[in-house]
Amino acid sequence: MIKKTLTSVLSALAIAGVVSTVSTPSQAAGGAEIPSQSWSWNGPFGTFDRAALRRGLQVYAEVCSSCHSLDLVHYRDLGNIGFSIDEIKAFAIDYEVEDGPDDEGEMFTREAKPADRFVGPFANEQAARASNGGAYPPDLSLMTKARKNGANYIYALLTGYEEEAPDGVVLMDGMNYNHYFPGNQIAMAPPVDDDYVEYADGTSTSKEQIAHDIVTFLAWTAEPELEERKSLGLKVMIFLVVLTGMLYGLKRKIWAKLH
Amino acid sequence: MSSSPIEFKNPVLKWVEYRLPVFSFIDSSVGGSYPAPRNLNYWWNFGSLAGIILAVMVATGIVLAMHYTAHVDYAFDSVERIMRDVNYGWLIRYIHMNGGSMFFICVYIHMFRGMYYGSYKEPRELLWIIGVFILLAMMATAFLGYVLPWGQMSFWGATVITSMFSAIPYVGDALVTLLWGGFSVDNPTLNRFYSLHYLLPFVLFGLVFVHLWALHVHRSNNPLGVEAREPEDFIPFHPYYTIKDLFGMGVLLIFFLGFVFYAPNFFGEPDNYIEANPMVTPAHIVPEWYFLPFYAILRAFTADFFMYWPVAWLMSAKLAGVLAMFAATLILVLLPWLDTSKVRSNKFRPINKQFFWIFVADCLLLGYIGAKPAEGNFIIIGQIATFYYFFHLVVLVPLIGILERPKPIPESISTAVIKSAE
Amino acid sequence: MVSSADAALSTSDSDEKSRRDFLLVATSTIGGLGMALAAWPLIHSMNPAKDTLALSTTEVDLSPIEKGQSITVVWQGKPVFVRHRTADEIEQARSVSNDDLADPESDEDRVQKAEWLIMVGVCTHLGCIPLGQKSSEPKGEFGGWFCPCHGSHYDTSGRIRKGPAPKNLAVPGYVFLDDTTVKIG
Repeated sequence: MIKKTLTSVLSALAIAGVVSTVSTPSQAAGGAEIPSQSWSWNGPFGTFDRAALRRGLQVYAEVCSSCHSLDLVHYRDLGNIGFSIDEIKAFAIDYEVEDGPDDEGEMFTREAKPADRFVGPFANEQAARASNGGAYPPDLSLMTKARKNGANYIYALLTGYEEEAPDGVVLMDGMNYNHYFPGNQIAMAPPVDDDYVEYADGTSTSKEQIAHDIVTFLAWTAEPELEERKSLGLKVMIFLVVLTGMLYGLKRKIWAKLH
Repeated sequence: MSSSPIEFKNPVLKWVEYRLPVFSFIDSSVGGSYPAPRNLNYWWNFGSLAGIILAVMVATGIVLAMHYTAHVDYAFDSVERIMRDVNYGWLIRYIHMNGGSMFFICVYIHMFRGMYYGSYKEPRELLWIIGVFILLAMMATAFLGYVLPWGQMSFWGATVITSMFSAIPYVGDALVTLLWGGFSVDNPTLNRFYSLHYLLPFVLFGLVFVHLWALHVHRSNNPLGVEAREPEDFIPFHPYYTIKDLFGMGVLLIFFLGFVFYAPNFFGEPDNYIEANPMVTPAHIVPEWYFLPFYAILRAFTADFFMYWPVAWLMSAKLAGVLAMFAATLILVLLPWLDTSKVRSNKFRPINKQFFWIFVADCLLLGYIGAKPAEGNFIIIGQIATFYYFFHLVVLVPLIGILERPKPIPESISTAVIKSAE
Repeated sequence: MVSSADAALSTSDSDEKSRRDFLLVATSTIGGLGMALAAWPLIHSMNPAKDTLALSTTEVDLSPIEKGQSITVVWQGKPVFVRHRTADEIEQARSVSNDDLADPESDEDRVQKAEWLIMVGVCTHLGCIPLGQKSSEPKGEFGGWFCPCHGSHYDTSGRIRKGPAPKNLAVPGYVFLDDTTVKIG
């Protein structure tokens, strides 16, 4: 009896442990609970909202790209989310790529082509730090996968700034107060605000909408395979369920005489 | 039953069989001429499932190796190129990534099954011991593979694990330098890890072959733990267990590919999507989930841990932790002799059965502690759980074997299974 | 044991048996199909990846190439010869009769604009790169290109005239985007 009780106590302990991992906020160093947003790509059938992706690219190009690179994405990748080749060429042509050496051994710059990676704002990490007071604006390509609860976290971060730090909090020089950043002090100045961009499709340019659009875009840059993955997954799952059902039927039939 | 070789009508099969008896070999290994106990339950599926995953890992791994670049400047980008540009690269990589977790799930269940039903007992001690070495080879392979994407967890995991060897007296530092091929984890380390990650699965194959060889000598144990002797105790492996294993494979694939397609990063750490940076350590370094219990044992050894006191005069707490971690696996080699009971299956061991489940809970608890930061109560709970892990294996198991009065065991499988069905 | 297996395999009820056989055939078919489909991603992953395909066309600016000069550009990992031919070379190429050619092809069929000869610079014998792009290099007996590996001579239209190569140098697909820009591939 005692052992039985002990067993159940210990297993309860273990289960409680597993459950509490899920509910404990991971930001041990400070930072509020991250509220969940509803995203178009959530769920087994989710896809990226194409209009939001277009607006998000605009936000990246007009706002984020002055500090953050997007090294893992190529201009040609925009073809996968509905941009025509002419649109891609027209977008890329605004950026300059260093190429070479030419026949004289000199490096030269040329207009970016669809096959090029997104051109970043800085030549290297040192240059980036020098322009940003020592802080390094990280590459955004994988950001939604590189943070816990990535999409919700970035949305919360972008909209979670406070103009004044709460009483009792002393901000370090050049730092800003953010509810959701671990430690609450972040070097990045509030990157988006109402009407920071102008949308051609007439969508509202509230801070929340801008944050929503850029997060959608970054979710795509992090997981460009997401739509293909989910649609192939559905077919594979249906196939496997059918096959496994048949295997089970066969197993029952073969074993029937034994029992 | 296996004495009568199968006859082939097809002249090609006949021709080959006469020169190389490969078909009768298959038939006597996994075919109709291999007798298996008739009462194996679904827990016996996990050995073959682990084998299937090994094959999947090798197939996807070979293709990934065609696209991967083992250089600190290109490794991270080459993995992302696989994810973005290579045809179905994302699928192959996610299968390989999640396949590691599936492999450990199957093998851990397989091991606990062996423990519950006493499969390690005479005459299957070597079969069990080879299994422990398979686990060790898997751990090494998994650890090496996790370094290859060259993310933050790859780098810092490699740094932490290799640094453990510095605890060895006198030669530790020289050994770590040798492992690294330099003075920190760097390009030479990545290259040798890649080479070894490709090599070790073949060692695994070899071990699995020997494991199966040993299995075929005395054949499977069974849920009753009573040796199958009478003809009625057996059924042919094919078609009974081939179809059962195939059905099990279907269920496994639904589970496995469910993660691949719908939660591919469930078992992963976000930090590994940040490229390795030797100047910045992530806030929490956690190993992959399948190492967490061992990680908890490693960290349990601090200067004030009572298990450390007896050896404090001899070694540092760090070394004691490293040794305890390895001992946690290697002690399983001794399990056939630590268990003093003549009865195999826990079906007939009421006391030991309770303690088996406590031991399982203790292992889960260690896994939970391994994922938590080493602070406050987590340290104390981890130390108690670590103590209990060894206490169970070294003290409780031998003692229960002597003191426990087992329930009456049936004469044979057929009396228990067939009679009870009638 | 064999007897119990036989008992399991041969049921007295033949209807039951045929139903199992049908299920066996159907399941094997679907399972085999699944195996074949599962192999496809592994095989297809070895085909050119998206980054490779993205570089499958090359745009060349012709404006800096003087008459009588050649440049070599890389297209799909292979050298492509672009030669701004002189009137002499064109004349030479067009005056040859088909009877003298191992691989008969008129010069008009090999160029879109007479002064621009564009072809893949890979010898059709065993894949070496012929010489003749630079003025310092040997051009062979027919004033075009000469392959040093096994001595194939190509004329000013890149046609094989002497030596072991079986075919003329290949002409890739290309279009003139404007007077001085050509897109290969």
